[in-house]
Amino acid sequence: MAPSILKIFSKSAMTNTSADYTAPLTAADGTPLKKKLRQALFRSRVRALGLVVPLLILIIMAFLIPIVMFLGRGVLEPKSDSFSTYMLNISPILQEWDGNTPPTEAMYAALVADLVQTRADKTIGKVATRINRELSGTRSLFTSSGRKAKSLQAPFSESLPALKKKWGDIETWRAMKVVSKRFTMAYLASAVDLKVNYDGSVQRKGEDRRIHMKLLGRTLQISIIVTIMGVILGYPIAFLLSTLSVRTSNLLLILVLLPFWTSLLVRTTAWIAVLQGQGVLNDLFVVFGLATDDDRFSLIYNKTGTLISMTHILLPFMVLPLYSVMKTIPPTYVRAAKSMGATPWTAFWRVYFPQSIPGIGAGGILVFILAISFYITPALVGGQSGTMISNIIDFHMRSSLNWSLAAALGFVLLVIVLFLYWLYDRIVGIDNMKLG
Amino acid sequence: MKIKTLLMGAAATAMFAGVATAKDLTVVSWGGAYTKSQVEAYHKPWMAKTGKSITSEDYNGGMAEIKAQVEADNVTWDLVDVELSQAISGCDEGLLETIDHSILPAAPDGTAATDDFLPGTLFDCAVANIVWSTIFAYDESVMGDNKPTTIADFFDTKKFPGKRGLRKNPKANLEMALVADGVPSDQVYDVLATPEGIDRAFAKLDTLKADAVWWEAGAQPPQLLADGEVVMTTAYNGRIFNAVASEGQDFAIVWDAQIYDLDLWVIPKGSPNKEAAMDFLAFSTATEQLAAQASWISYGPARASSAALVGSFHNNPDLAMAPQMPTAPNNFGTAIQNDFEFWADNQDELNERFNTWLAN
Repeated sequence: MAPSILKIFSKSAMTNTSADYTAPLTAADGTPLKKKLRQALFRSRVRALGLVVPLLILIIMAFLIPIVMFLGRGVLEPKSDSFSTYMLNISPILQEWDGNTPPTEAMYAALVADLVQTRADKTIGKVATRINRELSGTRSLFTSSGRKAKSLQAPFSESLPALKKKWGDIETWRAMKVVSKRFTMAYLASAVDLKVNYDGSVQRKGEDRRIHMKLLGRTLQISIIVTIMGVILGYPIAFLLSTLSVRTSNLLLILVLLPFWTSLLVRTTAWIAVLQGQGVLNDLFVVFGLATDDDRFSLIYNKTGTLISMTHILLPFMVLPLYSVMKTIPPTYVRAAKSMGATPWTAFWRVYFPQSIPGIGAGGILVFILAISFYITPALVGGQSGTMISNIIDFHMRSSLNWSLAAALGFVLLVIVLFLYWLYDRIVGIDNMKLG
Repeated sequence: MKIKTLLMGAAATAMFAGVATAKDLTVVSWGGAYTKSQVEAYHKPWMAKTGKSITSEDYNGGMAEIKAQVEADNVTWDLVDVELSQAISGCDEGLLETIDHSILPAAPDGTAATDDFLPGTLFDCAVANIVWSTIFAYDESVMGDNKPTTIADFFDTKKFPGKRGLRKNPKANLEMALVADGVPSDQVYDVLATPEGIDRAFAKLDTLKADAVWWEAGAQPPQLLADGEVVMTTAYNGRIFNAVASEGQDFAIVWDAQIYDLDLWVIPKGSPNKEAAMDFLAFSTATEQLAAQASWISYGPARASSAALVGSFHNNPDLAMAPQMPTAPNNFGTAIQNDFEFWADNQDELNERFNTWLAN
């Protein structure tokens, strides 16, 4: 609203100027006032920009560029990891090859030359790692053949399969064809449990290897439940805090913030102590006869454990936005509604609640987005049924070193978050979100 | 989140690179009782001998950090204690320095180092220091009169009801499952190389799934046992030994179908202190040092000549270390050597299948 008033005001001012004076107004040094004003505005804008430039550069350099570059790995393998960087002779031939006709002697010869070269350069391990991701069991095929490739005699189409039978298998060659391109959809497909074949066709992976969609679904499910639990538990707390006197509410606010200041790791470990089979809670259950000593509840190392500890850890992110929004709702509105005959419930539901929705929106989005990328807590307390997609990303980053697949999974997760954000904007409206 | 952590890590590494080079040597190992045994047996004597200083860092395995350092051309780790599979794949990928075996000192009786090291413990880029083992253990004080003695007992939840601790990784689990299902321990990898063998191993693991508690760090299994969270758990033998010898726990190790593996020293390619790292490597894998380490933790020395020098636990002269080793004759009967080649070939597929199996 404010900008539009300004516009009208300046417009009328300008009309006045042109109507009353024929010559433009000038400043003390003779330059036209309009130009002077523009200069002054420009200077202040430069100053303002100067203030944000360090942060902007930091965000671009340390956040945007690395993220884009890393996500790029999901479709374009880095040169140092790519099959084609090292297998210089065979890669172009493979891309021309149709994948159906038996490999020719020229192809075998190119392959042997590459094996000899990569063995000498000590890069055969990288090549073998790459091809093994496509076809299990080919790692040792490459490394062991590489050791003997130098002594092979032509015709290679006979001597190489004689060394290792798998070289005569067309599946090996098809796998090489798939990995011979740096630009590949294979990782993205794998991130949604699909497999790209040598001829470009796509099929679903075998049932015992479909894991990512399941974990993505579970991640969404856990995040949604945590968000809903956060609203259910956080709303009354925030309401209470906002209605109490400042003295009391500040004191209680510290209780909300206290866990917020404690390390995530400490809080998660504390939940292990509370929830485990021989833990505090189960001991209490036994004392009160709710469980028997040898049949205790499984509250940790499963989905229940993940849900409980994540809800607790993320609760402050729900309470704080809710509290700051509720603080701005004048209590007189509810009183007015009641004085006009509304029941307490109607007064709350029709008058108070709609005004607190921006807080729910802000808290909900905050909690949901944090929850969807949680990985320390599920890793520690998730067991087998409570792990999330980020744990698999972590696995590929640290253990399997398949960074391209990790990037592809991260990309899928990012797309899902952006889609949900868009959906939220369409249904609730992002302007409706208020952090305070 | 991950990327941010990485970047922050990279930034921090860059910032502290200057500080790190001020140190003479950065040695990275697995932490806990294991790192302590190395500090006592290797680091302290080497520092006393050379007057140089060592920074000891902990990590949790994996080649990720080494790969990141080498690719960024900013190597801050000089010597890393790794598993065999990492050593081989890291060497194949050109991430590690090659090690000249002639720098390794000969045994006290003059046997050349290359003959003194146990077979299969010396590699182009790596030198083994210990033999460790994955075993299963239980708490004597809570187990009834009927004690488990074989790996089949570990998988028998009728005879021994209760939760089981297992490493969240197909390695060792699949091998143990097959032996428990009746496969002789010397044929495990032949069976596992067939699709039916893999199905059979997973089917056997299925019988434990409802009772499984999964661990990832080596320090977890003794904790799970001590908390009464599990009745039995697979574990690294040194961790269980340490809980018994140092913390007075009443744990017992079952050696049937133990799966043994090596820990090796490697030097990341481009280490700024390569000379010192080589010197430390040669010093620490000498006969006396390997034997000294064995008085701190129950991992077997990688040199034949060290065995005779292995004495008793460092603060308990009554506790002889030799019978505690994975390689002791009484423990070694049904031992399986972890087949690196098999896992290097099949880990991508089996990890995926294992993770899918876990998630369902």
